[in-house]
Amino acid sequence: MKIFNFHLMPYADADLEAIAKNGSAWVTYSNKHYDPKKGAELYNQYLDQLEAADELGFDGVVVNEHHQTAYGMMPTPGVLAGALSRRIKNGRIAVLGRALPLVNNPLVIAEEYAILDNITRGKLIAGFVRGIGAEYHSMGINPTESQERFLEAHDLILRAWTEPGPFAFAGKHYKFNYVNPWPRPYQEPHPPIWIPSSGSFSTIKWAAEKRYTYCQTLAPIALVAKTFALYREAAEKAGYQASPDQLAWSNAIYVAETDEKALKEAKPHLESYANYFLKTNPALMMPPGYTSIDSMKRIRALRAHRASWQSAEDLIEKGVVIVGSPNTVREKLAEYQDLAGFNTSLTKTQFGTMPHAMVEANQAAIAAEILPHFRTRSPQPAKRQAAE
Amino acid sequence: MADYNLIDVTVRDSTIKVKRAGSGPPMLMLHGMGGAERFLPGMQALAKQFDVIVPMAPGFGGQEMPPWLETIGDLANFYLDFMDKLDLKSVRLVGLSLGGWVAADLAIKNASRLTHLALMSSPGIEVPGARPLDIFTLGEEAAVRAVYCDEKRADEAWARAQLPENEDVRLMNQRIVARLAWQPRFHDPQMQRWLHRIRIPTLVLWGEDDRLFPPAYGRAWQTHIKHAQFKLFAHCGHLPIQEHAEAFAAAVTQFCAKESVAA
Repeated sequence: MKIFNFHLMPYADADLEAIAKNGSAWVTYSNKHYDPKKGAELYNQYLDQLEAADELGFDGVVVNEHHQTAYGMMPTPGVLAGALSRRIKNGRIAVLGRALPLVNNPLVIAEEYAILDNITRGKLIAGFVRGIGAEYHSMGINPTESQERFLEAHDLILRAWTEPGPFAFAGKHYKFNYVNPWPRPYQEPHPPIWIPSSGSFSTIKWAAEKRYTYCQTLAPIALVAKTFALYREAAEKAGYQASPDQLAWSNAIYVAETDEKALKEAKPHLESYANYFLKTNPALMMPPGYTSIDSMKRIRALRAHRASWQSAEDLIEKGVVIVGSPNTVREKLAEYQDLAGFNTSLTKTQFGTMPHAMVEANQAAIAAEILPHFRTRSPQPAKRQAAE
Repeated sequence: MADYNLIDVTVRDSTIKVKRAGSGPPMLMLHGMGGAERFLPGMQALAKQFDVIVPMAPGFGGQEMPPWLETIGDLANFYLDFMDKLDLKSVRLVGLSLGGWVAADLAIKNASRLTHLALMSSPGIEVPGARPLDIFTLGEEAAVRAVYCDEKRADEAWARAQLPENEDVRLMNQRIVARLAWQPRFHDPQMQRWLHRIRIPTLVLWGEDDRLFPPAYGRAWQTHIKHAQFKLFAHCGHLPIQEHAEAFAAAVTQFCAKESVAA
């Protein structure tokens, strides 16, 4: 298994009570709560953490894109990836966004990714996402056009990377007389494309058909297993057998000497993450038309049954995150790998309010106790099939 | 007892449901964000003097959302085709809320079949400082409640909205409204500069307590459309046709009964 170190770069100094009072850490949580002195400190700590991850032997580092929220301070992830691009010596750099529909000129993404791919001499993994519902409020993009814009922007970027320019592109949402970006990507024919999603059927199917690596965002492991099974089915329908390398699970891991100590240390930070940084409301998260009417109804029904407070114990019990002693974490990660059949773990070592020193200790513990045991480990399908 | 006839009308590739009642000069009534689910008492009152025609726009009321329907202008052109198809003449065009935006756009494009225009609580233009509510971020219940001045009506509307059998239609209505009005939010930046093209008599009706689009919007329509009259309803939210059905119908009847004189 490949284990990447994934960072959300949250504004860890956020005033949690102010988020609760506002009812959301997204869109409407005022940036008067952002202190640039604290933010500057956090950016530098987070970049230090990702550079350390590379030295410690993680297979790569991951940044992503979110707008106008304390949840993550990377509205333009290319800047962060750029800052990392000369320091990451061993692993890869994955940018999971960019959110294609949120820009009015997807060629800037083709250009940005191509630069990163050149500077790193081919270490870039190019993520394409739709952006979450809240971002259609923040960026003033019509959510009912989201799917169309995503697919069209994807086609444009792929052509820009692979067809000699200049050529004209006449789509519905994007029209250009001259498509001819300099530079072209370093990797041939282009960087690997990864597709993170919260589990929309249409995205899973599309990613499988395109043979893109599918990354399941934070979810209980049983749901992750189902999602990955859908991907494998879609691949079979498309006429090939999906490899576990095409499946990536996004999680958080915290390791300490004992299970008790790990839980005690991780608990407040996990709970701040799940209950404050993720806090939002359905109107912000699910703007009309962002997804199909059926998916909308499914998600609304799920939400209606979700507990109002998510405890760290719940998140651990449901296999959303892994927290414990080295032995516990090894056992669970192996169990989940076999159950869901993935060969890439996108692992957050910092979450919510977790401070720098704790993150450093966690990264070191994962590097010493976990990474070596998984380097050559692949999912064992027999166990999954038995479970199915 | 059926209060109206329900008919199918096919315009080019779209078949829509149309409610029709009464006799007299035709009155084409364009619905707002919730579609035209019910033939309201306010419509029945107007049917005493007019041939009231209430189409359910494509994409609303569970009807298919056609790919050509992306802007308010598309809907305005659709209704021009609709009037051609039914060969309606001397039409009193009444636009309710979102439907008023469509009606104004239609009247700019081609008023040859129109004699009168009435706009109730309509978005569509930008009114600096007017502070509309953003129904897309309010949350479903708050958005429903914000429509009414009278709390009892708000309770009833929210109870109706929560019926599981209405969920599909409600979500589909929200989707088509977002498609038409998300960005720029509930207005067309180009429309205001062409409102002088509306030369037929125009009546603007508004609820004094409209929180969605405050009466400043009504005053702005009145300012930009030549000789437009303005009627304000006290103790009334976004829907005078519901909260003051009789007074609304009386005002529209009186206005539309007058002979049309080009302004």
